[in-house]
Formats: sequence, structure tokens, C-alpha cells
Amino acid sequence: MALYSEKVMDHFRNPRNVGSIENADGIGEVGNAKCGDIMKIYLKIDDDIVSDVKFETFGCGSAIASSSMATELIKGKPVSEALTLTNKAVTEALDGLPAHKLHCSVLAEEAIRAAVEDYHSRHSAGTGA
Amino acid sequence: MVYADNAATTKMSRTAVAAMLPCMEETWGNASSLYGFGQKAKEALEAARAKVAACLGASPGGIYFTSGGSEADNQAIISAAHLGAKKGKKHIISTAFEHHAVLHTLKKLEQEGFEVELLDVHENGRVSAGEVSAAIRGDTALVTIMYANNEIGSVQPIAEIGAVCRERKVLFHTDAVQAAGHLPIDVQKQNIDMLSLSGHKFHGPKGVGVLYARTGIPLENLIEGGAQERGKRGGTENVPAIVGMAAALEEACAHMDENMAKVQALRDKLIGGLRRIPHSVLNGDEKHRLPGNVSFCFEGIEGESLLLLLDDKGICASSGSACTSGSLDPSHVLLAIGRPHEVAHGSLRLSLSEENTEAEVEEILRAVPEVVEYLRGISPLWKDKVIGKREFLLPESYR
Repeated sequence: MALYSEKVMDHFRNPRNVGSIENADGIGEVGNAKCGDIMKIYLKIDDDIVSDVKFETFGCGSAIASSSMATELIKGKPVSEALTLTNKAVTEALDGLPAHKLHCSVLAEEAIRAAVEDYHSRHSAGTGA
Repeated sequence: MVYADNAATTKMSRTAVAAMLPCMEETWGNASSLYGFGQKAKEALEAARAKVAACLGASPGGIYFTSGGSEADNQAIISAAHLGAKKGKKHIISTAFEHHAVLHTLKKLEQEGFEVELLDVHENGRVSAGEVSAAIRGDTALVTIMYANNEIGSVQPIAEIGAVCRERKVLFHTDAVQAAGHLPIDVQKQNIDMLSLSGHKFHGPKGVGVLYARTGIPLENLIEGGAQERGKRGGTENVPAIVGMAAALEEACAHMDENMAKVQALRDKLIGGLRRIPHSVLNGDEKHRLPGNVSFCFEGIEGESLLLLLDDKGICASSGSACTSGSLDPSHVLLAIGRPHEVAHGSLRLSLSEENTEAEVEEILRAVPEVVEYLRGISPLWKDKVIGKREFLLPESYR
């Protein structure tokens, strides 16, 4: 049996939405270099919809695949829905992760949430609320 | 496929396979049986013992066959420690970058009340005989220092350490799993009291190894159960594996000089090429180095993704990143030589054998820079360094 599912390997080899967004509406970065994984998510929001999302990841195969899948799961969705993305959903969409790699999916969930929170804080600051 | 993970295991040699087959098809009796058929297996076993002894400059009476290097390490260290304890000596000297077969055994002994002192191996991954000498005390029971490191390839001054230990009358064990069959070993000349090796690191079979113990050192049994190995290791001897290992070791030692010259040339070509990757560093001493070991850290990337992408290109390698070490921390070896966690996560080990070719080295030299560049391109950590938001930890050009 291989270490990772075909889905994980597909998203690792051909990551979706990799890169950055200039003038992003929300940016979230989680993890740290010491632990060996950092995920950065860029959001473009139009009318409360995630119109575009990109990621950059420093980390192992499952970290890259989790970032890729997480961006796919929220792209085109309302911001409120992006905020409810769980690591379980990311893991399931990847047809599972090895037990010691589950934290990668948690990191993906946290990165999305951090980006949305960044969007909200900018948004509320911008409108003076 | 380009196989560049010979420190993990090696392909069995034809010589080893050919030596094993008759032990399975013809003389497959139990070496402990009294009748002639069993005694034929015993003869093969003893011939293998003599061969291994000759390769190590030892007497056959000092050779004990085990299930591998780990068992040999366990038995050597536990035996020496308990022997010392009987004389009130409970201090053990080792290094911070030993194999876990050594470090975990030492941990266990610490729980029994032994005091374990791990010497610093410095950035080049070497400890000096002087440092060992300075650490030896009146109550030192054992010095255990590996011959050559499995991850970064640095070779220790074993003869000098052996001489110091002999002079101070302290038992000296060396884990020679990476060295056996690759570097000259002479337990007499190098004053080695105990030594561990593993069959599958020099084109022999897996699951078999050797513990050498100088005559007069009483061993403590890890496995009870019979009179095998002069009562020191119960269990019916794995004669085919033992015979295969002996044949492989004999062959490796007979061709050592030519193999070393060939593999070192490949290694140096590989090191020279990988050094051109910016913000990279060679791990381990450049001169005192296993002939086949190439170990690098590349800043801004993580080792597991590097390995997976190299695998896609048909290259088998290994890494000391946390994700490949099975723990949250990167390799204890890379941390022991002072690599920061972040840098240690981006490590790559390529280990060559005489079966590798120059064309394969060139293939690796095309693949690695490409993969490193790609992974850096999607790494937010690398990007931050490039724009000056974070500091580079490794210099841009090679050292």
C-alpha cells in the first residue's frame, strides 16, 4: 500500500490554485518553519463569494495536497461557507490521510479561517464598523 | 530507476544469493542436529564465521551472529554496561548522533541508573579522541561511538578512540553498520572491543548481523533458548542468511579499494553539482566521509515533498525531515550538528554504491535542482526570504 491515496498524490503532483493574488482581500498564514510546515492562503472576495483563491505551502506532500484541496473546496463558495470548512472535509475529499498527517488538514482549515478572518477585519475596518 | 538509498539497504549481490541457495536447497538441516546432515549446516555456519572474522581481523571465537545491527548494538551495550556495574562503573560515553538502536538502549540504561554522557559531534559530525579521553572517568564502563554516521556520512577517528579507551582500560564498542564492507576494519589494530554490523548494508541479506566481542568479554543474553552461538544467542541459526552475509562481506572486502575509488568519484561529482544550488549546505565532514554518502540541506523546502517528487522522476533517496522521521522533530543527527530545525526539515540523503553509474549521477543532478526550484517557488517561507521579510539561514553560495 502506498503512503498516500491517489487523490493526495494527484493534488500533490498537480496542485490546484497554487500561487498568490495581488491585492488579495484576505490573507491567512499558519504554521511555522520550525515545525516544517507553513500554509498561506490568498482570497479574492466579490459580493461575499470567494471568487478566487490561491495558496503557497512549505511542507510535506500531504500539506501541499491539503492546501490544494482546501482551496478547491471553497472556490466559488460564499465566505460564510468557507468559514465552516473542516479538516474532516479536506481529509475526506482527499480519500483520507495517514493518521500522523491529519495535522496537515487541520492546518489547511486554520489557514482558510485565518484568511477569512483577515478579510472580515479589513472589511469592517474599511467600512468603519 | 535510480537507486540512491544504499545506506537504507542494498541490492543483494549475485555472490550472496549464490552462496545462500545451497543452504536452502541442499544443506538445509538444523546446525544443532547431531547427524551428519545437520552437521553439514554447522560446517557452513562455521565457515561463514571464519570468513566474517577474517574480514574484521578478529578470531572466529569473537563472532556472534544476530538478527541484525540493532540487536548487536543492544547486546553489546547492555553487556558492557552491566559488566561495568558489577565493578561499580555506571558511566557511559557516547555521542548525540548515534543510531537509535544505540540511543534508545542508552535511554533504557539511564532508567536503570546509568549516567550517559553524549559528546558533541560539532558541525562536521566528528568527535576527537582527545574529547573522548577528557570525558573518561574512573567509573566509565563503556565508550560507544559509531564508526560512520548513517545520515551525514562522517567517519570517526576509530583507531585513535580505540587507543585511548584501551590505554584507559575502558571497553570500546562501535556501531559499524555503515562502515562494514565499505571502509577497512581491523578490530585488533583499531583496539575495538565490540563491534556491530548488519548484512544488508553491503549487498548481503536482511535480518542478519554480527556482534563481535573480544575474547574475555562476557556477553549478556538478550534471547534465551538454546546453546546456539555458544549459548549467547538462542534460536536456530539462520544459516542461509549468515552464509549470504559472509559471502557478501568477503566480496566487499576483496574489492574494497576499487569500490571506494569508484563510489567516491561518483559521490564527489554529486556533491560538486548539488553545491551549486543556492542556499544549500553539505552535511558531514567533507574529507572523513563514507565513500557513498551525499547529504545536503536546502533552505526553504521540506524533505518529504522533495523525496516524493524525486520518486516521480524515478530517483530513490531519503531525508531527515520530521515527516520522514516519523516524529515532530527533524532528524536528531542534523540537530546534533547544529542545523536549525527549519534547515533540517529540508534535508536530502543520497547514498551510492558501486552499482551506480555516472549517467545516474547526472540524472540526479538534473532532477534535484529542478525539484528544489519548484518547491521553493510554491514555498511562502522561501518567498519571505527572497523579499527580505525573513533571514536566510544558509549562505547563498556553497561552502
